[in-house]
Amino acid sequence: MTQTAAHDPRPSFEALTLGIAGEVFALDANTVREILDVIAVTEVPGARDFVPGLINVRGRVVPLADLRVKFGMEQTAKTEDSRIVVVEIDLDGEPTIVGLLADKVFEVSEIAGASIADTPETGMNWRADYIKGIGKRGDDFIIIPDIGRIFTAD
Amino acid sequence: MNAATDAAQVYLEEVADLLVQLEEALLGLEQAPDDRDLLDTAFRALHTIKGSGAMFGFDAVADFTHHLENAFDQVRKGKLKLSSTLVGIALASKDHIRALIEHPAEVDPAAGDKLLAEVTLCMAAAGRTPVAVASDPGEPSGLVTWRIRFRLARDVVANGTNPLRLLDELRELGPCEVVALTDGIPVLEEIDVAGCYVAWDVVLTTNRPKSAIEEVFIFVIDGMELAIDRLPEQPSRLGDILVRRGDLSPEVAEAIAARQEKLGTLLVREGVISEDRLRSALTEQQHMRAEAGKATVAPAVGSIRVPAERLDSLMDQVGELVIAQARLRQMVMAFEDPAMRSIAEEIERLSNGLRDTTMGIRMVPIGTLFGRFRRLVRDLAQELGKSVQLTMAGEETELDKTVIERLADPLIHVIRNSLDHGLEDARTRQQAGKEREGRIHLSAAHSGAQVLITVRDDGRGLDRDAIRAKAVENGRIAEDTALSDGELFQLIFAPGFSTASTVTSVSGRGVGMDVVKRTIETLRGTIDVASTPGAGTAITFSLPLTLAIIDGLLVRVGHGRYVIPLLAVVECVELSEEAEQRHKGRNFLNIRGDLIPFLRLREAFHSPLPADPYQKVVIVSTGERRIGLVVDQLLGGHQTVIKSLSKLHADVGTFSGATILGDGTVALILDIAHLVARGQNPDAGRKAV
Repeated sequence: MTQTAAHDPRPSFEALTLGIAGEVFALDANTVREILDVIAVTEVPGARDFVPGLINVRGRVVPLADLRVKFGMEQTAKTEDSRIVVVEIDLDGEPTIVGLLADKVFEVSEIAGASIADTPETGMNWRADYIKGIGKRGDDFIIIPDIGRIFTAD
Repeated sequence: MNAATDAAQVYLEEVADLLVQLEEALLGLEQAPDDRDLLDTAFRALHTIKGSGAMFGFDAVADFTHHLENAFDQVRKGKLKLSSTLVGIALASKDHIRALIEHPAEVDPAAGDKLLAEVTLCMAAAGRTPVAVASDPGEPSGLVTWRIRFRLARDVVANGTNPLRLLDELRELGPCEVVALTDGIPVLEEIDVAGCYVAWDVVLTTNRPKSAIEEVFIFVIDGMELAIDRLPEQPSRLGDILVRRGDLSPEVAEAIAARQEKLGTLLVREGVISEDRLRSALTEQQHMRAEAGKATVAPAVGSIRVPAERLDSLMDQVGELVIAQARLRQMVMAFEDPAMRSIAEEIERLSNGLRDTTMGIRMVPIGTLFGRFRRLVRDLAQELGKSVQLTMAGEETELDKTVIERLADPLIHVIRNSLDHGLEDARTRQQAGKEREGRIHLSAAHSGAQVLITVRDDGRGLDRDAIRAKAVENGRIAEDTALSDGELFQLIFAPGFSTASTVTSVSGRGVGMDVVKRTIETLRGTIDVASTPGAGTAITFSLPLTLAIIDGLLVRVGHGRYVIPLLAVVECVELSEEAEQRHKGRNFLNIRGDLIPFLRLREAFHSPLPADPYQKVVIVSTGERRIGLVVDQLLGGHQTVIKSLSKLHADVGTFSGATILGDGTVALILDIAHLVARGQNPDAGRKAV
């Protein structure tokens, strides 16, 4: 997939950038429903580490996911910058609302399609299929995760 | 969605209903071929499917149905006998119509042609050629209403004619109303006793042509006044009728109608028309209304069709209202303000009422589901060559619509099993001294906050030895395990468990009963099996009334708060010091002599906190099985609006859903069936001594 994509210039998109364990991730802004301060999380005993709990988002019970688990990153302590980003994802054809833990939320900005590079084949500790591409903003790299893939892969 | 597809959608829904009606009527007709009401129902269903099918562009449906409708029209008119063959064809045709509507692309036109050929054959056998049918105009019977006003010649009686015979002849043409007009009768001294002074107004609805009416009067036509008028199809206002008859001029009618009183009363009072003529006109109006009423396909009922999603969203919102109200109450309790409390109580009363009403809207009588099984049983019985009588009780029992929909498959499965394995063939039954005809009884009844649905047969009963042998063979139990009947019968719900030695197209493949059990459990229900050798088996589903809201017991385990469905709770006891000491050893409680296994939720949930000094045990049950759940604290009752968990937590079996507590945090609802199985499994088969 990454091969063919290299020939087409990727589309630019509006992205919400957030910090998780020192890395910057970019989510398609259209999928983001809201950003919450960290609220009470109900732990689900026996659930996978990736989706450890549930939160109440305006009367809905929403699973809370921790991307760090999927990317093998260190757990970080909650700070006053910590947020929960509520996104809508497609789970086996079913639209599902999910909360994502973030250490910090930066801004909404446009990521130019031309600046997005393919995922390098080597030199990464992360599963390649979890990442759609690497964008650039100034000198910083931005990880564009494949959220749908992350939630459906085993 | 645009208007056209909207209308088509409505048509599809309507046809689905009509097909159900049709099927029920056909199955009824099979038992009682002379039942006029059933016949009319079947005919009306076909007529509407055809009529609106053409209107919404389902031409294939309309064409196909047209021929079937013709056949039923002939039956209605007594020209064709309703044989069981014809009912069979009609049932198959009904399936064909459904296929035409649901999967038009996949339907084999040859199948439809074959059915039509069979219909034609049936009709030809009855002496009516299909050609004649085809020439029949699209109108089902071409009913027309006529008004016949006649005044016979004065000397007609003297000439040997009995006017009553004429009226009888008219009656033979179709339903009619007769009113005698006596205003022609002179005062007594002028009467010629042999003279005929009376005139008649007859309103007649018939499919015969006008000439047939004229024929009635053919021998008395000399010197008589006769007017035969065709009436419009819609019932008219009284004034219009009188004006059309020439009894009243339009100007007078309008002037009098302007007074806004009952026109008829006024007219008589004013002396414009005689009472006879008014009565006659009123009779006509009633006749027309009655005929028009018959023509409408379904009687108008006080109900509306609402998409299920709207009800779901209403239920969601009511659920949130209940949560918000619980929060409000919690907050108000902190204040000592009586005025505020009274408002909070008022809101609580309203939201409870709204909740009950909303849940009531979603309730559907289970008869809608039971009705479908008559066809299933009929077809299966034929396929298996068994004679079966299906009886039902409690069809009016109401259940949440979602529950009913999801019950269809499990019930079908159980009924199939009863037919295939449970009921013996006629010969075996006779040898066993039973009636040749097997019986399957479907029943539903309320029991507290649950609904019990039972499928009972009078067949051979479950074979305990075969089940045991199979379970030993599968390694599910040891050879010497002692099991109660209840425990033994639960084994049939294990995956891949089938004692049937032969696999038929119907059952015996060992898939299914585990699916049945799983489906019932997702509905938060339980299954009980009772069986007597030689006398039959009863399988009972116990289901909650609704899926949306339950009463729960709120408990604390470590940091977490959890809801246990109150229905499952048997009792709460304190965990004795002694039982606590025997940690890890025997996890059994002695409750009034019964040994009940218990599960420490703190361990099951890996709570890092040390246990509370006085732990409680909540004894819960599903069916006959009980276990204790050890919790740290009982927090009290909680009315729970159930929110389902997302697919991301589908792998966690311990919880059936979640709810939002008064303070806004989420609490998980324990899946009792799962926990009971988990609590018993390590010791499965070991009898408490």
